[in-house]
This record gives sequence, C-alpha cells and structure tokens, in this order.
Amino acid sequence: MAKTIAEINEKIASGNVCVVTAEEMSDIVDNIGAEKAAKEVDVVTTGTFGAMCSSGVFLNFGHSEIPIKITKMFMNDVEAYSGIAAVDSYLGATQVSEKLGIKYGGAHVIEDLICGKEVEVVAQSYGTDCYPRKELTTTITLDDLNQAIMVNPRNVYQRYDAATNGSKKIIHTYMGELLPDFKNVTYSGAGILSPLSNDPTYRTIGAGTKIFMGGAEGTVVGEGTQCSTASGYGTLMTTANLKEMTKEYVNAASFEGYGTSLFLGIGIPIPILDAEMAQATAVRDKDIEVSIKDYSIGKRDRPVVRNANYEELRSGSISLNGKDVTTSCMSSFKKSRDVAEELKRRIVAGTFLLGANTTTLPPKQSTKPMKETNKTPVVRDVMGEKVITVDESAGIIEAAGLMKQNERNHVSVLSNGKLVGIITSWDISKAVADGNTDTVNACMTKNVITCSPDETIDVVAKRLTEFKISAIPVIDSNQNVIGMLTSEHISKLFTRGKHE
Amino acid sequence: MKLKISFPEERVKSPILSEVIIKTGILVSIVSSHVDSKGGEIIIEVIDKSYEAIKDEFESRGVAVQLLDTLICRDEKECVDCGACISVCPSKVFGYAEDWSLTMDTQKCIRCGLCVGMCPHQALSIDGTDCE
Repeated sequence: MAKTIAEINEKIASGNVCVVTAEEMSDIVDNIGAEKAAKEVDVVTTGTFGAMCSSGVFLNFGHSEIPIKITKMFMNDVEAYSGIAAVDSYLGATQVSEKLGIKYGGAHVIEDLICGKEVEVVAQSYGTDCYPRKELTTTITLDDLNQAIMVNPRNVYQRYDAATNGSKKIIHTYMGELLPDFKNVTYSGAGILSPLSNDPTYRTIGAGTKIFMGGAEGTVVGEGTQCSTASGYGTLMTTANLKEMTKEYVNAASFEGYGTSLFLGIGIPIPILDAEMAQATAVRDKDIEVSIKDYSIGKRDRPVVRNANYEELRSGSISLNGKDVTTSCMSSFKKSRDVAEELKRRIVAGTFLLGANTTTLPPKQSTKPMKETNKTPVVRDVMGEKVITVDESAGIIEAAGLMKQNERNHVSVLSNGKLVGIITSWDISKAVADGNTDTVNACMTKNVITCSPDETIDVVAKRLTEFKISAIPVIDSNQNVIGMLTSEHISKLFTRGKHE
Repeated sequence: MKLKISFPEERVKSPILSEVIIKTGILVSIVSSHVDSKGGEIIIEVIDKSYEAIKDEFESRGVAVQLLDTLICRDEKECVDCGACISVCPSKVFGYAEDWSLTMDTQKCIRCGLCVGMCPHQALSIDGTDCE
C-alpha cells in the first residue's frame, strides 16, 4: 500500500491530493491511527520561521564597460566575499557594516534587495591586462543582478538548545537578552511544526527535496554544515532564488550585543509514503526534547540546567531550580504556521510538486570540536590550589593572620562550608582605619564573583576587569571552593612564557 | 496613568515631588527617575482622577507634565510575532493571543527598555513619540 512520490505528484497534478499541516496531522493520527492516516493523507506540511545565521546569497553583477576582477566588495558598507571569479560575490547574513556595526549587516542588505531598494556597491581590484579597472562604485537593485541565489550552509536545525543565564549580570547572546540568576529562558524552533522533527530519520528529506524557502520554491542541497545526525542535531544546506522571495518570509534581525542574523521562513513538505511516515509526522510538542543550557559559561559545552520539551517551553513558564521562570521564543510560531499553511495551499493548488530526495543525510555522523594547536590555558592550570578559608564568624584579626601566614591578599569566607564572601587585605585595612574590629562577615564582600576550573583564562581575565576585582574564587560544580585565581597568577603566564 | 515630569536645570535641587505630594495628598508611584545637574525626568503613575490636580500643582512650580499615553510602541511592519520580548518584560506587557500573534497591554509598561534591546527586529520603542 506504500505510496511513491511520483504517485503523490500525480494526485497533486490532478487536484485530488490530501494535504494537512503537521499540527493537523497529530490529531488525525491520534483519531484514526497511523495506518488509516497514511491512506488518507498524502502530504504533511511543516514550517519554521526563525533566525538562520548561516545564510547568504551568491550574486552576479555582470561585467562593467571597462571590466574589473573584483577582489574586495562592500554593499551598503557590508563586505561581501569576492574571491570567486571576477564579478561574483557571496554576501553572508552575519557580516556587519563597517560604519554601523551590528545594527546593519548582510541580512539587512538581503532584505533591502528583496524590498527593491537601491544598494550601493563599492568594489576594488589590483587590475590585470584582461580586467584593467581598479575601482568601481555603483548603485544596484535586485533586478540589476544576473543572479541572486540564496545558498545557506546550515538551516533548519533539527533541535535547538534553550538558553538561560546563571551569572549575576545580564548577557547578550544569539538567544537574546538573558537576565541574571536564571530569570528567563529563551528557545528557538517551531516544535510540532519543525521540519526535521517530523522526519527524524531523514527518510524523505535530503538532496533534491523541494522546499518552501522565503516565499520561493527551493531545494535541499544536502547535509548542512555541522550536521550531527548521530546526536539528533541534523542540519540542511538549502538553496532558492532570492528574486522569488518576499519580505513576508525574510526579515533581517540585529541582536543587541551579538550581531545580525536573517529570519527566514522554511517549510518542508513530507510525503506520507506509509504508516511509518504518518506516525513520524504525528509528533507533538511534548515529544521534542530540548536542553536548557547556561549561556553565561563561555565554553563550547555549556552545562545543562535541565531538560524540557516544547510543550513546557511554549506554556510560557518553566520551573528552574524550584522557581517559575518566564520563557520567550526567538522563532515566530505564528509565522511558522503561516509557512506551513502557505505551503499546503500551494500544493493543493497544484503549483508546488514534491521533489524526491536523491541522497539521504549521512546517518550516525557526529561533529568534531575544532582542533586547536595553540590552546588557551584554563583556570585549573594556573590557579592557586592551596585553599585558604575563614569562617564568616571569625574576627578580622584571625583573617589578617591567615593572610600574613600564607602571604595572601584574598581569603574565601565560608559559612557551613559554603562560600558566602571574600575578604581582602584592603577590606581589613579599611576596617582598621575606620576603627572597626568586627567579624569577617561585617567587612567582607558578600556578592562574590566566582569562576569554574574549566573556564579559559581569557574569559575569566575579562571578568576580573569587568567587576574591577583582583582575585576570584574557583568553585566546583558542588559550590565547593577548590582554589583562587588572582591577577598575579595571570601576569605570571606572560613572564614565564605561554602555558603549554 | 503615567506622567512624565520634566525639571529644568534650576529646579533640580528643589524637593518639588515631595511638595506636590504633601500639598495634594495624591499618592504617586515613581516608575523611573533620571536626574542630574542639567535637569531631570521622572515618570510617575497616579490614578486617572488625580491627573488634573497634580498637573496643575507641578505646572505652577515651573515643571512640565506630559501624559504618557503611548508608553511602548510596536512597529507592526517589523514585528514577526516571535515573542522574544515576553520573558524580559518585568511587568508582563506582552503575551500571545490564541493564534500566537503578539499581544500588548501597554498600560502595564514601566518603560524600562529591556524589550527594546531584546527585539531582534528593532520593532519596539519607548521614545515617547506616537506610534505610527
């Protein structure tokens, strides 16, 4: 009883196709079962609309009267890579303006082109006998280009991590503003409508699959960069003609403190070949797992604060460390739904036929970390490992004695074995000068800035500068003090040469 | 309702707000305050029926009062209804409608500006000008 894509295309051509969105399909399979649903439904449309940073456009400008082999190019002050032939370039969404910085970038140039706006092009070259021209300035619109082909190295992530912030200050990330002390959670993706979540084994999605992309009809090129099918983080490389796109589905974005990105609407039609595909497209928000990670940790492997699913995230709040925390979506579910509905409408109208995938995504592929030949040392490598602590109830004389005995300027203050403060020789000097001979608790700094042993020195050095402090206690995952990193430790790195 | 009270440079040191509160007996919530040697701007919230009385008192002391009826503006051409603004807002101005479009209860806004920085599409503003 299995259907083929050719048979489904015949149904589309004859106007007898049954198309539903991934949201509708979940209810259908629940009501009549996967076997029956596979008989009745031919295509399930998915959709997502969110930040797709790994996006850009290949542009061909045609040749000028006196030809130029462009070596460097700026479009509205945003650099477009032009080390490809003479008048081709690649404009990436996250490249930022030389003049405006992160307020305006490649994504904005792309949006301006789609909207028919004029874009200033400034190009340079070294000049050759066959391409004598060395400089060129012109103004173009999308119509003036021979080709404008969007080719996005990595789109439509199968899964996204959600983000929160365990530090004491607000941080600005590609997941938006994250408030201190785990005060908010942001997430991406369309959950139930997410394309790859509806075909998690990539049976029907691969090179050749036809997709809805920014309002145009596009194609999956194949696996995307950083595609990690082994861990359920599949990605796709996609392409479509920019000239057929509309602003409705393509929006430039600028994330404060981070940079620019392109919000893009992509929908993938999933052929319901058999009951297995019907079952796959019955996925619901609660079936899709997301890890909420602490983005204040400036490392590749950020700690997972908890795991959640889209149903929890989309409810508006989630429990973190016993508190209800508000969630925000960085993708638009409304627009994701618009994409799935528009794709459905086109298929029903017979204007969008399915494309068979000629190559599937590589199964069991994982992503390697970067090979770094010149590693930045981590805190553990340079910190002082002898832990000197004092109880908060101790007198400052005792703390001063500990400092003298151990030749330290900073001592961690504990209460019931947990870090509650830090006291410095400066704190003691101030107390003595003011005539106070109180307990440590009265003189210490209570809002202690800490670091973990696995953070890199450059990240922690930045923290020392930011908070104007000269030492930082190192704590492990159980909040136990395991060392102290001081500015002297960091200075020594340079006097004794680069750490191996 | 929220009002913007603007002090000129020469009135910065006068306890005008206290004077007005004591004189009128009107309860005032301070939403935000930026005062320096060059002047000041305080956003206050009062109940609607106190508006005329408190406005007259401030104005008689040379202080300008502006009714803030557009506390936060959304450019609907740029907004994509993602909802990024929802989780940074401390006063729950934003939410989703049944169809997942973004809703705004602008009267709750305290003009802290967190959502302005959060919006990836620069669709939100609190500059006090009327929404287009």
